[in-house]
Amino acid sequence: MVLTRTPAPARPAAPATARAAGIAATRARRGAGLAVCLAVLALVCLLSIALGTRNIALGTVWDAFFHYTDTDDQSIVRDLRVPRTVLGLLAGVAFGLSGAVIQAVTRNPLADTQILGINAGAGLFVVFAVGVLGLTSLAQYMWFGFAGVAFALTLVYLLGSAGRGGATPIRLTLAGVALGAVMDGLAGGIRLIRPRAFDYLRFWDVGSLAGRPLDVATTILPFVLAGVALALIVARSLNAVALGDDLARTLGARIGVTRVLATVSVMLLAGAATAAVGPIGFVGLMVPHVVRWIVGPDQRWIFGYTVVCGPVLLLLADIVGRLVVRPGELRVGVVTAFIGAPVLIWWVRRARVSAL
Amino acid sequence: MSLAARDITIGYDRRTISEHLDLVVPESRITAIIGPNACGKSTLLRALSRLLKPSAGEVLLDGRDIHARPAKEVARRLGLLPQSSIAPDGITVAELVARGRFPHQKLIRQWSAGDEAAVVAAMAATGVTELSGELVDTLSGGQRQRVWVAMVLAQQTPIVLLDEPTTFLDIAHQIELLELCVRLNREQGTTMVAVLHDLNQAARYADHLVVMKAGAIVAQGDPRTVLTAELVQDVFALGCRIIDDPETHTPMVIPRSAVGQRVG
Amino acid sequence: MSVDFGRRVLVLRPHRAASVRFPVRPALVCLVLVLVALAAGMLALGTGEFTLTPSQVLAALSGEGTRAARLVVVDWRLPRVLLALVIGAALGLAGAVFQALTRNPLGSPDVIGFSTGAYTGVLIATVLFGNGYYLVAAGALAGGLATAVAVYLLAFKRGVQGFRLIIVGIAVSAMLVSVNQWFIIKVDLQAAFAAMLWGQGSLNGLGWAQVTPVVVTVGVLCLLLIGYGPRLALLEMGEDAAAALGVRVERTRLAYLVIGVGLTAVATAAAGPISFVALAAPQLAQRLTRTPGIALLPSAAMGACLLMISDFLAQRAFAPTQLPVGVVTVSVGGIYFVWLLVRQARR
Repeated sequence: MVLTRTPAPARPAAPATARAAGIAATRARRGAGLAVCLAVLALVCLLSIALGTRNIALGTVWDAFFHYTDTDDQSIVRDLRVPRTVLGLLAGVAFGLSGAVIQAVTRNPLADTQILGINAGAGLFVVFAVGVLGLTSLAQYMWFGFAGVAFALTLVYLLGSAGRGGATPIRLTLAGVALGAVMDGLAGGIRLIRPRAFDYLRFWDVGSLAGRPLDVATTILPFVLAGVALALIVARSLNAVALGDDLARTLGARIGVTRVLATVSVMLLAGAATAAVGPIGFVGLMVPHVVRWIVGPDQRWIFGYTVVCGPVLLLLADIVGRLVVRPGELRVGVVTAFIGAPVLIWWVRRARVSAL
Repeated sequence: MSLAARDITIGYDRRTISEHLDLVVPESRITAIIGPNACGKSTLLRALSRLLKPSAGEVLLDGRDIHARPAKEVARRLGLLPQSSIAPDGITVAELVARGRFPHQKLIRQWSAGDEAAVVAAMAATGVTELSGELVDTLSGGQRQRVWVAMVLAQQTPIVLLDEPTTFLDIAHQIELLELCVRLNREQGTTMVAVLHDLNQAARYADHLVVMKAGAIVAQGDPRTVLTAELVQDVFALGCRIIDDPETHTPMVIPRSAVGQRVG
Repeated sequence: MSVDFGRRVLVLRPHRAASVRFPVRPALVCLVLVLVALAAGMLALGTGEFTLTPSQVLAALSGEGTRAARLVVVDWRLPRVLLALVIGAALGLAGAVFQALTRNPLGSPDVIGFSTGAYTGVLIATVLFGNGYYLVAAGALAGGLATAVAVYLLAFKRGVQGFRLIIVGIAVSAMLVSVNQWFIIKVDLQAAFAAMLWGQGSLNGLGWAQVTPVVVTVGVLCLLLIGYGPRLALLEMGEDAAAALGVRVERTRLAYLVIGVGLTAVATAAAGPISFVALAAPQLAQRLTRTPGIALLPSAAMGACLLMISDFLAQRAFAPTQLPVGVVTVSVGGIYFVWLLVRQARR
């Protein structure tokens, strides 16, 4: 018996060929954009090798690779800068992409592995491995990082789904904050009981690329690659999941499998990266957000761009950290927090975002 | 107890919904505000109820600016049934209705005999007395809405505003609620203003109809004079003809049909 | 003409202009919790390096008994017990206020980054001025309050919305956490360790000097809470419903925030950031009392009880090592979350 009606909007009829051309043009534009981002990444890598406490001329960098003569500068390039840059690349990919996957799976645009307490979970298990079990090699305690991520993810999701309405962004965020606090607290407790671990770990705690040899990067490389591969595999299903569980099922997406694969992907990415460099926040939050604004809601493109742009942000933050307080250094985790926090505050104040 | 809006401009954030709106709510009458989606009817109601402050103009309660009066005093004269309210987990019907007495209570006088009487009367009027000790969570949508109405009635205000009170109710409960409003109006002279979706219900039960479109009031008055086929076409983009409701002799809108009579 | 509220209530109407109505079960639960807390307090007063029987403790408290007993009980242990009770109650109340305001059982004062800011204040004070108790407390207070104000202002946009407050709190916390961690690296190992110890929260070494300011401040804040009456419960029904009943929503919410922050500030300044009492106490209290929404008095009683028991365990469980009470409450927090998850899984 309802008699109010709004006039139906007129739908413009587009000829089929024009639409196909439109899609192709968009795809071409997106591909071009990706190529531009890759170029930027290459440039940033170069800067990361060249800039620092001591700026090194590009010629010297070239020589360090191809005409090695064991000068001071050249050894800085090979022994310090290149490992650092490679690690930054991998960490940027890992943190960025894990944030993008988390945002897709939880349908929460303001989430990353730090906010949801996932890094804290990895951190707790690593602190346990180092402090209580006495493990000292990354290859060993990295597995604890994986376990910690899986543990934290499960708990946060379970806790955030409590009550009517399921896992809304606000509930997940609060669950992540609360559980993150528990896990940080427990990790702190372990560190207090094991003062030697405290000393070793307080330098790892901030999230830093400094002082890690190349084998750190090579150790996590296969896991990061596996995580990236898994994420790209489920990207398409995640597009359907974004519409809501019921709708996704009618579209044929297998939600359970998708969720499991996405979880494993986050586990590998965030677990490996946190174990290697410590917890770094905001990269996983900001990069997918900006990327989404550029390429739209298709997860395949979002993931692709995030893989390239994540390291751009992380390496830039690392470079800034090296330059801003010369001859000292700001850890990259500190810089990302100081860039990311104001950006996050600005975002949440804009009416559209806070309408969550 | 008079309620009027004088030359108000209202909106949210940077979006203006209505400008230079004037409305005098007829005392001791039932007024229904109708209009298509997003025409500003809820916004107007919120402005009348002190929830939304106009950026220009004033809303006058008994001749004085409603925002200049203390909040509790306004709540003793004006009751509002909002569109969405949250019943805390584990609250019983009587406890929820009793919260409606807050405007009349003080720190040392938290539960007077008058409070008790008001709650009993409100629950009786809405027919929820048997549900008095039940948990609100366990009630159906219709029952829950009646409990919220009872809470507003317990406030014992001479003016009651209702924001889309019939959503979530099935047809029998919709009619029941509207007839309850008419009874209250006739027995106690309560001024009522309701935002309604259904044109026919509005025409049937309202003494005064206010029709809005795109933030402006395009017509107001007795439903019999206001509701015409031209108006419905203009405001709702719906072709119709108006007949006389055989039950109440108020206008009844019959939409025109493109598909015509059903075969068979 | 009596209303059936579905649960037992007690109505007292001594005079036409004075009346009160309260449900019976929460009142009983409060009483029990207070008794348990007092019992734990008695236990704490009577055990430790010097053991005393309950009658000896009572004698010492009433001014009789041996001088030694009075020294141990009244001079050493009693202030700590009192502070545990009062700070626990303050934390329980603060948690209740925040959970009611955010309408979420996981809301807590930490959401606005208070303890992180307090920690920053402490680190700055330690680096600049050294390790004195009052300096540390002042630093904590200054840091915490500055952070709370900053978070509120940054989240304020024609009013403060729950989600925005939480996200801004997270952002500001993240910045401060980085600052804290950088500080910890910068200062020498001992100072870093001491700061970290403070960061866990501890009632060690607190004496009569701290009791008066804490009790007075908490008392004043409690009076304010009482003065605002049932408004917190009305806010829980949604802003529109509360406003329709005559609550000035923005102003009242701000007042409650200030009270919540104030309670947290007192607790943090006195004993460092003690985790999870504020989070768990209101929820546990609500499960026991079965009140609709958050109940303030039971939350306070539960908070006092939790902290008293935790402090007792922190002192005696690993004797002679004294753990910071925050380590015990973190474990309490962990168990509490496990319990929440088990309940959730069973549903």
